[in-house]
Order: sequence, then structure tokens, then C-alpha cells
Amino acid sequence: MSGAKYTIGIDLGTTHSAVSIAPLDIEGARPEVLRVPQLVAAGAIEARELLPSFLYLPHASEGPQALPWDPERAFVVGEHARARGVDAPARLVSSAKSWLSHSGVDRHVGTLPIGAPEDVEKISPVEASWRILEHLAEAFDQRFSSEGLRLVDQDVVLTVPASFDAAARELTVEAALAAGIDKLTLLEEPQAALYAWIDASGAGWRKQLRPGDVILVIDVGGGTTDFSAIAAVEKEGSLELIRVAVGDHILLGGDNMDLAVAHIAKRKLEAGGKEIDRWQMIALTHAGRLAKERLLSDEKLAAYPIAIAGKGSKLLGSALRTEVTSDEIHATLVDGFFPRVAASARPTARARTALTQIGLPYASDPAVTKHLAGFLGRQAEALSKIEGFDHGRHGDARDRAKLLHPTAVLFNGGVMKATALRERLLATLNGWLEEDGAPPVRVLASEDLDLAVARGAAAYGLARHGKGFRIRGGTARAYYVGIEGAVPAVPGVEPPIVAFCVAPFGMEEGTRAALPPHELGVVVGESVHFRFFGSTVRREDAAGTELERWKEGELEELAPIEVTLPAEGRREGDVVPVELSAHVTEVGTLLLEAVPKDPVTPNERFKVELSVRAEA
Amino acid sequence: MDPAPLPFASRLWFAWACFFRVLFDGAFAGRAFAVREAMPALPAAPPPAEPKAAKAQEVTKTEPEPAPKPIAEPLKIKAKPAEPEKPNVTSALQLLAAFQREGRLVDFLEQDVASFPDADVGAAARVVHEGCRKALRQHAKIRAVRTEEEGAQVTIAEGYDAHEVKLIGDVKGKPPFVGKLQHRGWKVIEMSVPMPTADHDATVIAPAEVEL
Repeated sequence: MSGAKYTIGIDLGTTHSAVSIAPLDIEGARPEVLRVPQLVAAGAIEARELLPSFLYLPHASEGPQALPWDPERAFVVGEHARARGVDAPARLVSSAKSWLSHSGVDRHVGTLPIGAPEDVEKISPVEASWRILEHLAEAFDQRFSSEGLRLVDQDVVLTVPASFDAAARELTVEAALAAGIDKLTLLEEPQAALYAWIDASGAGWRKQLRPGDVILVIDVGGGTTDFSAIAAVEKEGSLELIRVAVGDHILLGGDNMDLAVAHIAKRKLEAGGKEIDRWQMIALTHAGRLAKERLLSDEKLAAYPIAIAGKGSKLLGSALRTEVTSDEIHATLVDGFFPRVAASARPTARARTALTQIGLPYASDPAVTKHLAGFLGRQAEALSKIEGFDHGRHGDARDRAKLLHPTAVLFNGGVMKATALRERLLATLNGWLEEDGAPPVRVLASEDLDLAVARGAAAYGLARHGKGFRIRGGTARAYYVGIEGAVPAVPGVEPPIVAFCVAPFGMEEGTRAALPPHELGVVVGESVHFRFFGSTVRREDAAGTELERWKEGELEELAPIEVTLPAEGRREGDVVPVELSAHVTEVGTLLLEAVPKDPVTPNERFKVELSVRAEA
Repeated sequence: MDPAPLPFASRLWFAWACFFRVLFDGAFAGRAFAVREAMPALPAAPPPAEPKAAKAQEVTKTEPEPAPKPIAEPLKIKAKPAEPEKPNVTSALQLLAAFQREGRLVDFLEQDVASFPDADVGAAARVVHEGCRKALRQHAKIRAVRTEEEGAQVTIAEGYDAHEVKLIGDVKGKPPFVGKLQHRGWKVIEMSVPMPTADHDATVIAPAEVEL
């Protein structure tokens, strides 16, 4: 079908990106990580396994930021971008991926870096991701230049957080298209982590999983935390994996933890009469990461020294030294971010403040365990539609469990390298399971937590070519259009909303939802907005289901959708009835189309825009 | 054949190294003296190349035309190079820059340690150690030459690799030699050096910083 020689797995991460490649024409080939050449300092190129997901927009006087394949490059991506961003933060774009999924900004408009000086030509969140993907593609092209291969001609698998909604997925694809990557498929990161585990376990993995297993993937990276549940079922005598639930998009990760350690060190230094400036604070954060990794993985260490240099060339006399103790780290990180909580605990909701500045919607509750309890509690019914799972089997009669009971855990993300954090998560989770009379979870041993997603993405690429095992799942949400009921307006009372299901839960790639027998009125020549909702828990609603009431938290309002009917063939200002048709593309994005009831031309349909800026 | 003239930065380093060697190594001093005495008899050396010109040569050497060589794979260190390689000064400078950038090595070495108390030296040494170790591991994969514990008795068989093992003390007789392992030795098994971009002045290993 295609002339691709390789399948390429791209992990476009919040803080780091990575690429792995696997040849399609070699039997038994395994994914390997492609080292990405990047500027690591002014004038120095090195090839590294990770490309920091940072973009730096230099001042005109800094000159071109030459790459081996582009001597005139006007911006920097990678390690040098991150380092320059420390020196000149207003010119740095970081967390591009989080901006891409943030519906509070128009993701096509140049908004980044926030607060950049006037000479900087701001870029959109889509462009920031595009530039990172472009760099990765160029790295591949350079590596294979002698064979004349280009990344855009290969089969590309691009990972997204499982929690990305339809709009964020579409924007990711848009960024890839801008980088020239059009032969691509999206894959959820936790699934990629499981593919990497399957790939690393070789033939032995089938012995480690049995029908009835529920694998909880806990992915805590530098910037985000992501949960997924994947069930193992038996189908026609063989094992099948189905992704049954995904969690919310939680902007909470290792960076928060490093900062917490830096604050401990800062307080100690300040108590000793030292003043800490911004640069020293960043140096403390870097040192804090090392202290975190060492102290959380080595029980015998009682303390870890933290030393940072001053700005000048005189190192002696200006270097500051303190230490963080194992007790402090455990109190701050283990108890602070992973507290022992009851299964009924839930993260504190974000308090809406009247005055909000433009910024990322960081998680307001740092407790990962509470987010996990929330996920398992909300997804207690996740297996209800999966054959082979007799729900409530652990309790008496039809006693419904209060939370989803995983039987195995797969850790992913750099934070999960720390032994103490994994142990705390396991102890807390097993405590919840014990209360419910369920057995404790097994741990699926994973390796190389930083690169697993990229590797797993390429392993999935092989699987798509029939060279491996595939996880099924379909869309992780049902989608609804909100229609205001026609009732007399009453001040102070919001008109009731009817949520109308346009795309049911679990739609597989390449499928189309039945056209719901309903119509929406669209004004010709105008952009008409509709409220849009998603649900990760309502699995039964078919296309066309109308909801007048739903339980608190069942539906989550997403950015509105927009329908524009061009005036061709119609009178401007006319109201035209349309039906909404949902289709999950082969790439893995949701495509909503407005189909006029009375088409002017045969087969007339208009794309519904998903990524519209949400009302503040 | 005349050796190629060294660029300025190498000469600076070489002059520094020679100073100590002449001072402490009588045999070396004797040989160097002989070379110096012999110089006038040799044909006049070409004028020393300007540092800029030397650098340009370096750049063209590391970027063969037309397609730039992929730098994705680290260099595997060959067991025994057939011919001594020419020193790549730009790469050396960039490595030095990496040690300064990550671990403030040059700052540390250029400061007078004697006038500071041990606590200050200790604090600075931690900065240097942490950063330089990171830089070292980014660029070189290193293993010990000998895996035995230091202090253990080892036997050095006939035909041993004199690059890998240096005999010290009462060196005489025939192999196999039996002795005490004093130092395990280090061997670089993989090295990746930074690649310079065109028109970058690698002699600036740390730019001056001016806060606006």
C-alpha cells in the first residue's frame, strides 16, 4: 500500500520527545531509538536520545541557529533551547503540548511565549508542536540521507495522552501535517507503554497476563499524569486486550516535585542568611531532581547534598551548599504528592477565581493518589460492557464495587523510576483493593521509562503491519452537543440544556456513527457555535440519545464546536436544518460533519470545527 | 614529512604541558633541547596559520560534502588505530566547553584554591563533580581496564597489551608477571564528541554574560 521502509514511533512529550524506528522488511526486527542531533549549546551539535520539547526564539543579534541540515535556522529546538530559556525566559516556549490541549486559548493564533518581548514573533500552540515534529523528521532524514529516505514517506505513529479530547487530537494531527507528516496514526501513550512492555517481554508476555486481568497504566511524566485501564479477555481461544477507560488530563508531574525539593533547599539557604535569585532557583531545581532520584531510590542514603554555583566566574566563595534529608524528601514528595488516602478520596476541585490570567490549567491538587482514587472510582463500571467480566464478582450477590479493581500495574514516565514512589502507590492501591476483598495487583516490570512510549509506538506500527499484537479500544469518550431547551427566559436561571449524543463511546477507527434522527438549525453564512460535551463514563448512550439530566461529573464541557455553512446556493441568513454525522478516521481523530437535510449538491457535507476557543 | 602547523589553541595547551614536562622530566627536556638546537638547520617552517583559518579547515573536515555525514551514531573506539589520528582541536575545545558549561570546570581550575577554606572548596567541588560527571557520561562510555579489586594480586600474561597495562616498580624478567594491581585503569569504549556548526568560534569556551 505504501512505500514505507520503516515504521516510526514518535513520543511528542510535554517536556521531552523521542523517536524510535523499526524496519518493516526485516522479520523479527525490534524498535530502536533514533538519536536526535540538536544544538546543545551555541555552535555545538550533539545527537541525543531525548529532544527536550522546548523552543527558543532568539534575539536578532544572536544570529542564525545553524543545524547540520539548515545553516539559517531562526529558532532553536531541544537542549540548547531549554538552556537558553533559563537565561532569557520570555523567549522560551515550553509545555507546547499542554497549550495544545488547553481550550482557553485559540490554538491557531500566535500566543506563545506568553509575555514575550515585542520583537518576538509569537507562535501558536499548533506551530510549537509542529516545529518539534519537524525537527524530529529532519533528524530521521539526515540519518537516512545516504539511502534517500524521508520520514514523511514512512509509516508514522504519533502518541497522544489518553486524556486528550477530540479537539486536542485533531490539533496534534494538524501540527504533524504542517510538518509534512501525513501518513500517520495516533496512539494513546499508556497503550504505547504497554506495547513496549509486550515488545520487551518477548513471547513470555502471554504467560504473564490472563483473561480477566485489568492492567492499570500509571504514567507520571515531567509535566503530566495519565491513567488508563486495559482489560484482558479471551476471544475465540486467544487473549485480547481492550482499553476500557482513560483518566482526566492532569497537569501534574515531575517538574512540580523538583520545584518542591528546590523550595526545601531555598528555605534552608535563606535561613542561613543567603539570598536566592531566579537563576539560583533554577539551579536548585536541577539539583533537586538529582536529590529526588537518589534519595527516593536508595533507602540507605540519609541526606543528599545540594550545591549550586553563583553566576560569576568565581566559583569558590560563591557556591552555596546545603542538603536535603531523606526525611524531608519523603515528607514532601512521598507524603505530599502520594499521600495515603482512602479509596473515597477525591482531588480538590479547582477554585474558579474571577480574575484569571492566561496560563495553563495546572492541577490544583498535587496528590497523585487522590487523582488515582478519583479515576478508579469514576470508572468502577468500566468493565460493565466487556464480556467475561462479571462485575461485582468480588462482593456478595450484585454488590457493586465502589472502584475499578485492577489486577496488574504498569508504571511509565520518568517519575516512576523512583522506588519509593512506586512502592507508595502500590501500597495505597493494594489497601483499597483489600478493603473491597480484591487481591493485590501484580507489577508488570517495565524498563527504560523515559523511552518506552517511543519504542511502544514503533512496536504498534509493526503490529499494524500484522507483525504483532494489537490492543483494541476505540474512542475513550462519548461526545454530545448541547442544545438549549426552548423555554421562556428567567433571570438568574440558566436555560436547561439537552445533551444530544453524536458519537458513542468506543467508536473504532474507520467507523461512522449512525446518523441520529435529529436536526440542528444553522444560519447560512454565519459561524454558529454549539456547546460540546464529552464523557469518559457513559458507555451505553447510542448516537441520538438525548440526556436531560446527568450525574455530577459525568459530562465534561469541552471547547464549543463551530459550524459554518457557506452561502453558495443558499440565501444568506436563512436557517438550514442539518444533521451531525460522526466518523472516526483511520488516523484516530473524530470527524464531525454537518449534513444539510436538503442538500444543494449531492452528498453535501461541511466539516464541524472542534478546536474553537472556549468562552472564558 | 613536516607535521602540520598547530592552531593557536593547541599551541597554548602544548606550551603549558611542555613547561611542566621540561621542568620535571629530565629525559624529555634533553630531547626537547636537541630538537630546539636542530631547528635552524631545518628548512624554514611555513608561517603559522591563523586560528580562524585553522578552524575553517576543521569545519570542512568534519562536514564532508555533499551530504553531511549522519552524526546519529556515537563513534566506536577502535581497538588499535593503524595510524595516529590528527588531533581534532575543535572537538577538544567543545568538550572543554561542555565541562565548563555543565560543571564550571574552567572556573574552578582558574581560581586560586589556596586562599579558601575547605568548606568553600567542598561546596564548589560538588558543583564541579556533579556537572562534570554528567558531561563525562554524556560524551564517553568508560569502563575499568582491569575488573579485579585494587590491591589484588594479578598475573600479566605474555603478549599483554602494553597500552592497557603499565608495569611499575621493579620491572625486569620475563612474562608472566605477577604483581599487585595499584590502579584499575580506565578505557573509553564509546565516545561521542559535539559537532561544530559552521562559523562558530569554538575557542570561546564560555561567553561573557551580560544581564540586561
